[in-house]
Amino acid sequence: MMIPACRLVDLPRGEAYRLDIDPPVSVFHTDDGEVFAIDDTCTHQDASLADGWLEGCEVECPLHASKFDLRTGAVDAPPAKRPVRTHEVRVEDGMIYVRLSLDAPNLPPCVTARLAGGPA
Amino acid sequence: MRTVAVVGASLAGLSAARSLRKQGFDGRLVVIGDELHRPYDRPPLSKEFLAGALAEADLALEQDDEDLRAEWLLGVRAVGLDGPQRAVRLADGSEVRADGVVIATGAAARTLPGTDGLAGVHTLRTLDDARALRDELALGGRLVVIGGGFIGAEVASTAYALGLDVTVVEAAPTPLAGPLGETMGGIVSALHADHGVRLWCGVGVKGLRGESRVEAVLLEDGRSVPADIVVVGVGARPCVEWLAGSGLALDDGVTCGADGRTRLAGVVAVGDCASWYDPRAGLHRRVEHWTGARERPDAAVTALLAGGAVEPSAPRPPYFWSDQYGVKIQFAGHAAAADSVTIEEGARDDHNVLAVYRRSGQPVAVLGMNQPRLFTRWRKQLAAAA
Ligand SMILES: Cc1cc2nc3c(=O)[nH]c(=O)nc-3n(C[C@H](O)[C@H](O)[C@H](O)COP(=O)(O)OP(=O)(O)OC[C@H]3O[C@@H](n4cnc5c(N)ncnc54)[C@H](O)[C@@H]3O)c2cc1C
Ligand code: FES
Repeated sequence: MMIPACRLVDLPRGEAYRLDIDPPVSVFHTDDGEVFAIDDTCTHQDASLADGWLEGCEVECPLHASKFDLRTGAVDAPPAKRPVRTHEVRVEDGMIYVRLSLDAPNLPPCVTARLAGGPA
Repeated sequence: MRTVAVVGASLAGLSAARSLRKQGFDGRLVVIGDELHRPYDRPPLSKEFLAGALAEADLALEQDDEDLRAEWLLGVRAVGLDGPQRAVRLADGSEVRADGVVIATGAAARTLPGTDGLAGVHTLRTLDDARALRDELALGGRLVVIGGGFIGAEVASTAYALGLDVTVVEAAPTPLAGPLGETMGGIVSALHADHGVRLWCGVGVKGLRGESRVEAVLLEDGRSVPADIVVVGVGARPCVEWLAGSGLALDDGVTCGADGRTRLAGVVAVGDCASWYDPRAGLHRRVEHWTGARERPDAAVTALLAGGAVEPSAPRPPYFWSDQYGVKIQFAGHAAAADSVTIEEGARDDHNVLAVYRRSGQPVAVLGMNQPRLFTRWRKQLAAAA
């Protein structure tokens, strides 16, 4: 399914837009003008990668600085150990659309516990 | 370079080992650590692990399938370094000779004199410390935390959430004034009182009372605070005693250049045991934070492999985080350099403050409480300005 995210003109280079779906997905517009979508929640703990430090094709988690590759979802170093999902992006008529990955998300343990109704 | 020995098998040591392989070193790699455990993550020890929300397996810093092709000598302590020979002497009498040595022996919790052997008294630095403390906290009771720094505050917060009756005793008039300055130290440490945790400031600890088990903490003003469990959180000292006589300069940690190089060729130091030169401030400082121990080994390894032939790039301003009472605290830069601090965003009573520290109008540090997005922007700006 293609989900409309936001207009390309509303997302300046170097910025991210968070799609508040469950689990949330973030769209990044790099300084080079490329657009990528990945799962917004860090796989280590409950942090929003849209709040992170974008540099080139990598976003650094705002809390503990693991870096995720926007192209592959891969993580560089601890404390996060698992990759995030990447989603296909298409820009049509100035609108950014995201096609959600069918893989299971790698949510951090604290979020999984909360979704399961356990302690946060 | 054919053999590199890494002494200290925790975050800084593992990061150095990883950097070595990533930067193309394919010789013999020996990692020496005095704990029996594989490298594990310390920040959760005062937080999720202590609270019982994370298991030991979750603390592992290595990936499941990671293979650094290293020889791991665990459970053995390094007791000496022959500087010119670059030979690391071990407690079991053996020796590791190397062309390059990475010193990553970290820091150890300071203790209070005269508290040895008294049951119920804890420090918190290692997994073994955390196991012992967690088991006691599970029994409940009255906890007194000596020291209102980050570790002390986190233990207080975790124990409060577990339902213990908690008192924090701090010798300084304001906790965290060192790292955060008076104003913001006051705002962050107000989290204790907001949650019904008693905070007694400006009074030193004279000693502990108890026969075989601790019963009370005795204060210098004559008061005593009843205690079933005591946590001593009065800072850490760099583990560098073993380097005495090696020829290294040791002054609050191993004195290093801006890329971790020491006075001895082929020897670098990283992490909590190292006092790197800070070109911005024009002095040496020991940074005891996770992110420095994780990132700086990259630069030190570059310098080691190049034999000093590359110009060091300035490391990012120091950064650390802390989690207390559900509030995410983040800090970057140097508060001591500031002549003013202003709250730019948020309300202190809501615990969502963004504060900027300036010197002559220029930002030198930033503090966030539950403000990850704004904090990251300021942190980026600080790094760019430097
Ligand atoms: C409870 C706790 C909570 C923390 N929370 C945070 C946080 O929230 N945010 C943050 O930024 N930082 C935090 N920190 C700090 C962070 O964990 C440290 O900065 C980091 O662990 C430093 O890594 P290191 O490898 O330099 O040293 P260490 O982690 O201290 O490791 C050094 C290793 O060397 C070994 N060693 C020492 N001497 C010898 C010897 N002679 N021979 C062989 N081995 C030796 C030690 O046993 C140890 O395993 C916390 C620390 C603790 C203890
Ligand atoms: S929450 Fe992202 S690295 Fe910890």
